[in-house]
Amino acid sequence: MGLRGEAAIIGMVEFAPQRKPTRTPRFSIEQWALLSASALADAGIDASSVNGLIASGISESDRFAPATLSEYLGIPINYGEVVDLGGATAAGMVWRAAVAVELGLCDSVLVMLPGSRDFPTSSRRPAADRGYFGASSNNYGSPQAEFEIPYGNLGQNAPYAQIARRYASEFGYDPRSTAKIAVDQRTNACATPDAVFYGKPITVEDVLASPMVADPIHLLEMVMTCHGGAGVIVANAEVAKRSRNRPVWIKGFGERISYKTPTYAEDLLRSPISQAAQTAFGMAAIGRDEVDVASIYDCYTITVLMSLEDAGFCEKGKGMEFVSSHDLTFRGDFPLNTAGGQLSFGQAGIAGGMHHVCDGARQIMGRSGAAQVSDCNTAFVSGNGGIMSEQAALILQGD
Amino acid sequence: MTNKPMPEPTPVSAPFWQSLREHRIRIQYSPSAEQYVFYPRILAPRTLVDDLEWREISGLGTLYTFTVGDRPTAPPWSDSLPQLLAVVEWDAGPRVSTEIVNAQPGELKVGMRVQPVFCDYPDDGITLLRYELEN
Repeated sequence: MGLRGEAAIIGMVEFAPQRKPTRTPRFSIEQWALLSASALADAGIDASSVNGLIASGISESDRFAPATLSEYLGIPINYGEVVDLGGATAAGMVWRAAVAVELGLCDSVLVMLPGSRDFPTSSRRPAADRGYFGASSNNYGSPQAEFEIPYGNLGQNAPYAQIARRYASEFGYDPRSTAKIAVDQRTNACATPDAVFYGKPITVEDVLASPMVADPIHLLEMVMTCHGGAGVIVANAEVAKRSRNRPVWIKGFGERISYKTPTYAEDLLRSPISQAAQTAFGMAAIGRDEVDVASIYDCYTITVLMSLEDAGFCEKGKGMEFVSSHDLTFRGDFPLNTAGGQLSFGQAGIAGGMHHVCDGARQIMGRSGAAQVSDCNTAFVSGNGGIMSEQAALILQGD
Repeated sequence: MTNKPMPEPTPVSAPFWQSLREHRIRIQYSPSAEQYVFYPRILAPRTLVDDLEWREISGLGTLYTFTVGDRPTAPPWSDSLPQLLAVVEWDAGPRVSTEIVNAQPGELKVGMRVQPVFCDYPDDGITLLRYELEN
């Protein structure tokens, strides 16, 4: 079972995240077109080989996203897909694209995630009320509407804090260790000019002095939403040959989805990435020690910590020791989120998950500039949606 | 009245909410799986067997995890700080999302024994199930 490793990321685009948008407001289908054109230009190929696309939703239409995009781009496709996995969407899209390529369905697949909510505003229609329910659903019949939201259990901060609190009770908790994750990633952002926190280093003391938002999680251990967008082109070997970039082959993947609200997790502290990573490493037939860079979904520091454990980079319960005893910067012995991660590069909404795909691919292509890890050939990428409830893993490799 | 979103029972979940109104807790049980089930469903989770029946439980349990929210999770809770957002593991097995009441944030610890507090909202015809530390 698995990929042969014959589909590659050959081009990418990642708009620099912005806290306050200064770019011209664009609809999501317009952002899709702009992202696609940028990624094709990055690969150095034209659109003629494109015959697949994978999207998440689009803002202009609740349904029919692939057909709307195919029509808008003027590109008929053999494979159109919508992936709905929150922060695991990007990783989930990339493996689906690789499968479509290896099955021979597609030569090149556009995999784009618009990440700006700064849309043109209508002069005739009132702006839609985005409400406060976030990733929770308050629709009639939704389990969350009935059993979570009435108690104030909604959003992300509180459930992630509940996970961290349970972790503390089972394994112990060193706030300086989780803070170090944020600090080392900030160091990486300071070597990445596009990062939203470029030029703003922080210390462990800064993290611990930042407001406690949901005990034990501090403000500087949480992502901040930005405007941006990112995407990649996944293509077969023939198209890859024509690309100007070093092909980044998708060698392994795994995906695991098991609940929506963590109250109902079978074991809150053993996250689904354990199965996903096991599948991905098995498929790629490599060991954890062969990974040159890890790009791990980092909505909160506790997510990184538990993902390192559950993906098998260290023993369960020893994550605090692991991050304390390793240099997680691009110069270090365990380069992690080398462009700053979402915590410090910026989280452009749903495109935040694509940051990790781009981080891994950029390192393997040797295009990470001052943050380049020398002799980088293998990347582990993780995606995490919901409250550590839907997770995906990718193994990327250069020749 | 309250400006907080209130639950709206469904045809399947109605017995649960009816029991709370009576200050009792009834949840579903699957005899074939020998397991209690929460939240209410139409078929038993995992096996999809059609044998769910309602059984009364004590509602006693332990504090599985919690957080102290100093910033509201959404605007309706801005005057309800700190939020003591908790997950309770019933002695009967399943876990339930709830809030801790009648306690100071500093005294909460994972693993503590907790007991139900029935909070009636007559205008909405709803009773919410909150928890406090066991006497």
